[in-house]
Amino acid sequence: MTTYIIRRLFVAIPTLIAISMVIFGILALAPGDPLSEFALNPSIPPAVRQRIRHNLGLDDPIPVRYGKWATSVVKGDFGYSFQTRSPVLDQIKQRLPVTLMIIGSSYVISVLLAIPIGILAAVRQYSIYDNVVTTLSFFGFSSPTFFTGLLFILLFTIKLGWFPMIYRSNIDTPGLLGVWEHIKQAIMPIAVLALFQTATLARYVRASMLEVIHQDYVRTARAKGLHEGSVINRHALKNALIPVITIIALGVPGVFTGAVVTEQIFRVPGIGSLLITAINASDTPVIMAISIIFAALVVFFNLVADILYGVFDPRIKYS
Amino acid sequence: MSEVTDKRAQSPLANSEGVAKLSGLRSRKPRSLWSDAFRQYRRHRLAMASTIVLAIIIFAAVFGYALWGHSYSAFSFADQYKNPSLAHPMGTDDLGHDQFARVLWGGRVSISVGIVSALVAIIFGTLVGAISGYFGGFIDSLLMRITDLFISLPTLPLLLLVIYLFQDTMRARFGIVLGTFILIVGIIGALTWMPVSRLVRGSFLSVKEKEFIESARSVGVSTPSIIFKHILPNVLSPVIVAATLGVAQAIITESTLSFLGLGFPPDTPTWGRLLSGAQNFIQISPYMVIFPGAAIFLTVLSINYIGDGLRDALDPRHMS
Repeated sequence: MTTYIIRRLFVAIPTLIAISMVIFGILALAPGDPLSEFALNPSIPPAVRQRIRHNLGLDDPIPVRYGKWATSVVKGDFGYSFQTRSPVLDQIKQRLPVTLMIIGSSYVISVLLAIPIGILAAVRQYSIYDNVVTTLSFFGFSSPTFFTGLLFILLFTIKLGWFPMIYRSNIDTPGLLGVWEHIKQAIMPIAVLALFQTATLARYVRASMLEVIHQDYVRTARAKGLHEGSVINRHALKNALIPVITIIALGVPGVFTGAVVTEQIFRVPGIGSLLITAINASDTPVIMAISIIFAALVVFFNLVADILYGVFDPRIKYS
Repeated sequence: MSEVTDKRAQSPLANSEGVAKLSGLRSRKPRSLWSDAFRQYRRHRLAMASTIVLAIIIFAAVFGYALWGHSYSAFSFADQYKNPSLAHPMGTDDLGHDQFARVLWGGRVSISVGIVSALVAIIFGTLVGAISGYFGGFIDSLLMRITDLFISLPTLPLLLLVIYLFQDTMRARFGIVLGTFILIVGIIGALTWMPVSRLVRGSFLSVKEKEFIESARSVGVSTPSIIFKHILPNVLSPVIVAATLGVAQAIITESTLSFLGLGFPPDTPTWGRLLSGAQNFIQISPYMVIFPGAAIFLTVLSINYIGDGLRDALDPRHMS
C-alpha cells in the first residue's frame, strides 16, 4: 500500500510541475506588458521604466523567470499583488475561508442527498419515484449555476424576501442574531452549488447501483433467503459505492470552479471572485497563484481518488 | 450488427408464433446499424421530443432573427424595462433593446460556439486517440501522458486566462467577432478533447486486433485507410454520443465565460452575456433573466436528452 501511494506521488508531482510550466508559459508568452500602466504615466521616463523592468527580472529568459518563481512558491511565497501591493498569500488566506465554507457545506450536503436518492432510484428502477429523480437530475445538471442562482434571487429575495441578495462579510450584529444573518446569507450560494452537484452525483450513484444490482452475487444473496434490506445495504451498496467514492473525490475541483460563478452572482468575497478581479486587472501574481492552487487541487484529488480506489477495491493490486 | 439481428431471429424459434415472425423477418429488407439505431431512437420519447424542441430552437436561431425583423442593437429610451407584450414578446432591457431579437441573435452565437467547439474537441480527440491506440508503444505512452496532463489542468482559470490574455491579438488579426469566436472555440476544444481521445484509444486497442484488420493489411491496404476506413467506423458510436454531450457542455462553458464578462464584446448579445447584463436589473425587470436563461436551459436539456437517446440507440446492449 505504501509503495502504491509513493508511486502515485511520483506521478503527481511531475504533473503539477508540468501544469505550473504550462500556466507560466501562457502568461509569459502572452502579449501585453505588466508595466503598461507605467507607459501611460508621464512622470516615469522610459529609462526608469527600463530599470524597473530589469530590477523586477522581466528581462530574464522565461526558464530563468520560471525557476525563480518556482523556488519562491515552494518556499510559500507567491509574490506581491500588482493591484494592492500586498502579499498574494495574505489575500488568498483572507479569501479562502469563505470559499471553503461554501464549497464544503454544499458538497457535504449534495453527497448526503445524492447517495440515498440515487440508491432508491436504482432499487425501484422504472417506478414513478425513479422517473421523477431521473428527470429532476437531468434538469439539475442542464441548468447552469448562474441561471439557477439568478432564479433563486428572483424567487427567494425579490418575491419572498427570505434571504439577502448580496453576501456581506462585515456583519456586526452581535449575538445569535448575527450568526443567523451569516447563515441566512450563505444559504442561497450553498443551495445553488448543492443542487447542481446533487443532480450530477445522483445520476452516478443510480447508474453504479444499477450495474451492481444485476450481478450474480446479488442474485445469490437473494437466493439464499437474505432479507431484501440486507441484500441492498450489505451486498450491493458496498460495491456500488466504490466508483462513487472516486467520482466524489474527482468532483472536488469542479466544485471550486462552480464557486467562481456562484461567488460572482452573490458577490461572495471568496477566492473565485478574487480570480475574476485579478484577471480583469492583469494581476499576474494573483492569477498565477490561484491557478496553481486550482491545479494542485485537481492533482491532489486525483491522487486521493486513486488511493481510495485502491483502499476500497480489493481487485486493485499494489504491486 | 448482424449478430444482434441473428440472435433476435433465433430466440422466438421456441414456439410456432415465433416461426411465423421469423419468416416475416426474412422477407423484410436487411437492416443496417443506422436503421436499427434510428428505430431504437424513436422509442425514446423524451429524446424524440427533445429533437423537435432543438430543431425549433435551431430554426429560430438561424432564420428567426431575419423573420422577426427587429434589430438587436436598435435602442429606445422610451421602451426601457418593458414587460413582455405583442410588440416585444420577451420585453425590453435597460436600453430598450428588443429582448426577443437579442435572444434570437444570441442563439446563433451560443449554438454555433457549442457545435464548433465540440467538433474541434472531437476531431482532435479522435485523432490523438486513433494514433495512440493504433501505433501503441512510445507514441502511445507519450500521447497518453499529454492527455493526463491536460486532464489535470484547471479548466476554468485557464479558459479565463487565455481568453483575457489573447483576445486583443486575436481580435486585431481576425476582426472582433470572428477573432473572439476562433479563440473561444479553440480554447474550449483544446481543454475538452481528452475524454474522447481516451475513448477512441480504448476502442482502437481492441478493434485493431480483429481478423478483418489483419486481412485488410494483408491485401495491402494503406495505414491511413485502415485507421479511417476500417477501424474508425467501428468506434464511432461512443464518439457520436460524446460529441452530442460535448455541444451541451460547450454551450454552458461559453455562457459561463460571457456571464463572467469575458468572451464576445459587450455589444454582441450571447445568452450568457444577456444574463450577466440582466443580473444588475433583476429587481426592475425579472424577464431579462428568465428568457435568456430559459433559452440556455432548454437547449442544453434537449441536447442532453438527445445524447441519452443516442446512447441507448447506438449501444447494442440496449437493443430491445
